[in-house]
Amino acid sequence: MSELDFTPFLLSFKLAAVTTIILFIIAVPVSWWLSQTKNRFKPMIEAIVSLPIVLPPSVIGFYVLFALSQNSPIGAFFQETFGVRLVFNFTGLVVASCFYSFPFMVQPLQSGFESINKNMLEASYIAGKNKMTTVLNVALPNMKPAVITAIIITFAHTVGEFGVVLMVGGSIPGETKVASVAIYEFVEIMDYESAHIYSGLMLGMSFLVLLGVYIFNQRHKRKLGVHI
Amino acid sequence: MIKVQLKKNLHGSSGKIELDVDIEIKKKEFLAISGVSGSGKTTLLRILAGLEDAGGEINVFGDSWLSSKEKLPTQDRGIGFVFQDYALFANMSVEKNLLYVKKDKTLANHLLELTGLSELKNRMPNTLSGGQKQRVSLCRALMNKPKILLMDEPLSALDPAMRIKLQQDILTLHKEFETTTIMVSHDPSEIYRLASRMITLNDGKIIQDSTPKELLLQTKGSQKFTFGGELLDIIKADVIFIAVVAIGQQIVEVVLDANEAKIFKIGERVNVSTKAFSPTLSKIKKES
Repeated sequence: MSELDFTPFLLSFKLAAVTTIILFIIAVPVSWWLSQTKNRFKPMIEAIVSLPIVLPPSVIGFYVLFALSQNSPIGAFFQETFGVRLVFNFTGLVVASCFYSFPFMVQPLQSGFESINKNMLEASYIAGKNKMTTVLNVALPNMKPAVITAIIITFAHTVGEFGVVLMVGGSIPGETKVASVAIYEFVEIMDYESAHIYSGLMLGMSFLVLLGVYIFNQRHKRKLGVHI
Repeated sequence: MIKVQLKKNLHGSSGKIELDVDIEIKKKEFLAISGVSGSGKTTLLRILAGLEDAGGEINVFGDSWLSSKEKLPTQDRGIGFVFQDYALFANMSVEKNLLYVKKDKTLANHLLELTGLSELKNRMPNTLSGGQKQRVSLCRALMNKPKILLMDEPLSALDPAMRIKLQQDILTLHKEFETTTIMVSHDPSEIYRLASRMITLNDGKIIQDSTPKELLLQTKGSQKFTFGGELLDIIKADVIFIAVVAIGQQIVEVVLDANEAKIFKIGERVNVSTKAFSPTLSKIKKES
């Protein structure tokens, strides 16, 4: 066995971190809107947001590839205007991951916003505060478990993606070859030892992350339940 | 002067009703809104706060809050609102709940002192009792020195002793801040004690509009006193009948003759009154 290369892990975590930050910024307004709206198109938007949960990752990967390649209007626009290529590089992976992990950020946040006492939000409006101030100072701080869950699940889910990454990124070492793809390739060349080490690491880390989330949520619930 | 003229379709307790209200409220008035549930009381309050839409006009001391053309957002109305369930910001201490509305520490301290909450200013809302929470909510509602203070059954979740303490606080603050106060309430003693005017809503319409004294004191003509109650039972005892009536938390008996017994039905609302005797008051002896 050759020297173990941790670059795919670092790449997985870098991708997950960037995706999580971008998605949090996008998902807060979207999930807030979904939680407050009485618009009759709400079910339609919710269905679209949730699509990546049920679609095979290869389908998402295929569409993203199709939409962002240099032959498509979007891909051509980015290539000509910013000189950025959106497929078979890290940028492309981030864009694809954002589509893929979007529901995992939106859904916990939406149910978090829905669980906030409506009168509390109205009290903030009555105090003269606009929606943005209300969301940042009243809603989000009162739904910490939902925020933590959304962030961790999105992060973990992005670390764990495989199909989309393979379709959109290929397997360019140091650029798009993330841990899950590296494991696939180890198995393909029958380097089971490396595959075991990488897989074991993924398993252990994923378990620890989830354990951390559940411990935090349990403590938070207990804290809220305390009455002196 | 506050002029309110509103129309809105509601789903009331008895199916669809139309809220149709036309009322003028004087500055510094303390108006109580009463009525059965589903009559539109809370909706009226929420429309005044801008939390719900309606057709019509609201004009407050010369400023238009609602017209056919536009609706002033809740944020710009500068009102105070006290919710039945307190609606305190659970992530902020008592003092920060007040300062969130306006960064005016002097006013916050003054309000907390008036309501006896100074000691609790660093506590989190979840560690307070119901009465304490509602006092914080009341203080918070006054932080932007509102022209109008709206209260939606503010004391209904509290025990009787706490209600009396808070009624005093409400009265003190209403006078000190010279607000025009509009309160939804079911409790006659609370309305009598606090309000200078009272309206009763039924199916979205104002059916009574007068002083609490006029509307709540039911003694008429030569009657010395009258209590409204519910007829629970009529028991035959030899040649007479005994009516059992529930008045508030008390059960009393009234003697009826055979003819009278026929008039009343069990379950009816009845008045118990007397003309012949002067009622006397005596202190209730406490058991030592």
